Amino acid sequence: MNAREDGPPEAPAADDGARVPPEWDLTLYVAGQTPKSVVALTNLRRICEEHLEGRYQIHVVDLLKDPGLARAHQIVAIPTLVRGIPQPLRKIIGDLSATERVLVGLDVRRQDG
Amino acid sequence: MSIPTSSPAVAPTASEGTVPPAGEALPKARTGIPGLDEITGGGFPAGRPTLVCGSAGCGKTLLAMEFLVRGAMEQGEPGVFIAFEETAEDLAQNVRSLGFDLDGLIRDNKIFVDYIHVDANEIEESGDYDLEGLFIRLGHAVDSIGAKRVVLDTIEVLFGGMSNQRVLRSELRRLFRWLKDRGLTAVVTGERGDGTLTRQGIEEYVSDCVILLDHRVIEQVSTRRLRIVKYRGTTHGTNEYPFLIDENGITVLPITSARLQQPASDERISTGVAELDEMLAGEGYHRGSSILVSGTAGTGKTSLAAHFANATCRRGERCLYFAFEESLGQFVRNMRSIGLDLQPWIDKDLLRFHASRPSEYGLEMHLAMMNREMDHFGPSVMVIDPVSNLTSAGTLADSRAMLTRLLDLLKMRQITTLMTNLTTGGGRSTEVTEIGISSVVDNWLLVRDVELSGERNRVMYVLKARGTAHSNQVREFLLTDRGIQLLPAYVGASGVLTGSARLAQETRERAEAVALEQQLEQRRRERALEKARVELQIAALRAQLEEDQRDTARGIDLEAATEIRREDDRAAMARSRRVTAPEKKP
Repeated sequence: MNAREDGPPEAPAADDGARVPPEWDLTLYVAGQTPKSVVALTNLRRICEEHLEGRYQIHVVDLLKDPGLARAHQIVAIPTLVRGIPQPLRKIIGDLSATERVLVGLDVRRQDG
Repeated sequence: MSIPTSSPAVAPTASEGTVPPAGEALPKARTGIPGLDEITGGGFPAGRPTLVCGSAGCGKTLLAMEFLVRGAMEQGEPGVFIAFEETAEDLAQNVRSLGFDLDGLIRDNKIFVDYIHVDANEIEESGDYDLEGLFIRLGHAVDSIGAKRVVLDTIEVLFGGMSNQRVLRSELRRLFRWLKDRGLTAVVTGERGDGTLTRQGIEEYVSDCVILLDHRVIEQVSTRRLRIVKYRGTTHGTNEYPFLIDENGITVLPITSARLQQPASDERISTGVAELDEMLAGEGYHRGSSILVSGTAGTGKTSLAAHFANATCRRGERCLYFAFEESLGQFVRNMRSIGLDLQPWIDKDLLRFHASRPSEYGLEMHLAMMNREMDHFGPSVMVIDPVSNLTSAGTLADSRAMLTRLLDLLKMRQITTLMTNLTTGGGRSTEVTEIGISSVVDNWLLVRDVELSGERNRVMYVLKARGTAHSNQVREFLLTDRGIQLLPAYVGASGVLTGSARLAQETRERAEAVALEQQLEQRRRERALEKARVELQIAALRAQLEEDQRDTARGIDLEAATEIRREDDRAAMARSRRVTAPEKKP
């Protein structure tokens, strides 16, 4: 269940990605441009820049545009952040405002020591 | 204005998905589940959510699934099943045993199953969120097949996967509003909580219809029950209705649906025993009536039932036979021994035989099974042999209630029912049914054994026959190799004479008759003899008379001759005295 395979590769906000295959592949599922999703994306970018600089790739999937993906990727809550790589798959729900919990959820701390 | 809930006679029979409102009554969505539509007055509230709650394993998921499957198959209403607990594959497998082809329905776009996997271990929460993803999935599913029905099974799982109660509650509230706004008839299942209908109290969001399922074990027999806790805008039955789950899905049994409105037929059908027909106004049982045959063990109850079944099949009608003591093979063999070959009827599918142990399943299951068989087979006669055994499948009160319902059901359908009832002990107690149903049956035949002069023989009499001028005679009941024979019983000083006593009596009577005949013959012979003797006498007398007459005639001649001789002698004397003849005239 790698989000990257099914998600649109040319996702609108795939930015800052490294030229080589990224160590971190993250997908943020949103439903339209709601305040919560805007906040979530902002928070995500900030956290990635601070902790995973140059080693990550972010996809943003708008489920309003492709509702079938919600079923395919088991999305219930919005926003949901899915860590596709590294395995195993992990999910973090919410606007990612609690940075500490995001890091725990992504298991960033342990990996980076 | 509202539909009476508990009468199938009044309950709508429309096959459309949404029952047209009668007056101002709520529009209903038929569930298609036998019995449930009757007690809800037509189904669940259309376009509104219904909560189905109960403890684990009570059949919530199944009821919800059947609601969906039947809606799709029978009412032309596609449905979405949102599963929180089981995957689509598991669901399909689980309902396959109930005869539902879920995969096929999914392929035909009649049912859409979405398994929502929520596991707290896989989810980290960070900040504010909502359940828009669920809404998107639901909306997508509904739109993709044009669904009219939705099942959420069991939405409370969300509470286990996510921790923000405030969000969950407000989102649930929004969800139910969303369902209503889209006019979806929804079934939401919920696990029963401690003292509450559901663990998370979602009943407060579902205000229109709440159904409670229960599964309990009484005297080692499990019974499932269903109760309508609340149904806004509908007068509903408040009873607990037994229901069961078997290979045909759910069947709810409306206890109170049976009312005394059965039609009464004047037609009569043969009992299969000519002499018994004779005793029942010469024609037999009323069609659609119920017959109870009670008696102690080995009195021929089953044989009587078999005769009735045989007569039914001979008319070309169907007979459904429920046996709780014998297997089919045993039954056919045993009946063959009294000259009844039932195998041809079985081959022609006129006789259907159902053998099971009463304890095999609960009473309700039995009742539903009978009910379903009745529906499928369409018999005109049904036999339950013996009905008394059913008590072992439940409590006495339960079995009585069940039988009353069954009999009502049968009468509604004009099915003539014969039940045998095993009584224990002798004496007057044979006129009491353990199960206490004698008052509801129309005909009651009693087969009794009579012990006399070292023998045990059977007698039969009609204890009761509603609407029939029946014979009051006690008949001897014989099982011969050509079937049942009823003989007039002899009533002697010590009661009814049967068996050898009857035979002895018959012999005695025959001997007496012979003796009388002999006496008469003797008398006849004597008379003939006497006559002959008298005639002989007459002949003798006549002969004597003739002889006498002859003698008399001869006597006169002799006298005359003597006189002449005497004259001659005198003349001769005179001559000798020299008296001349002329001297003779002095």
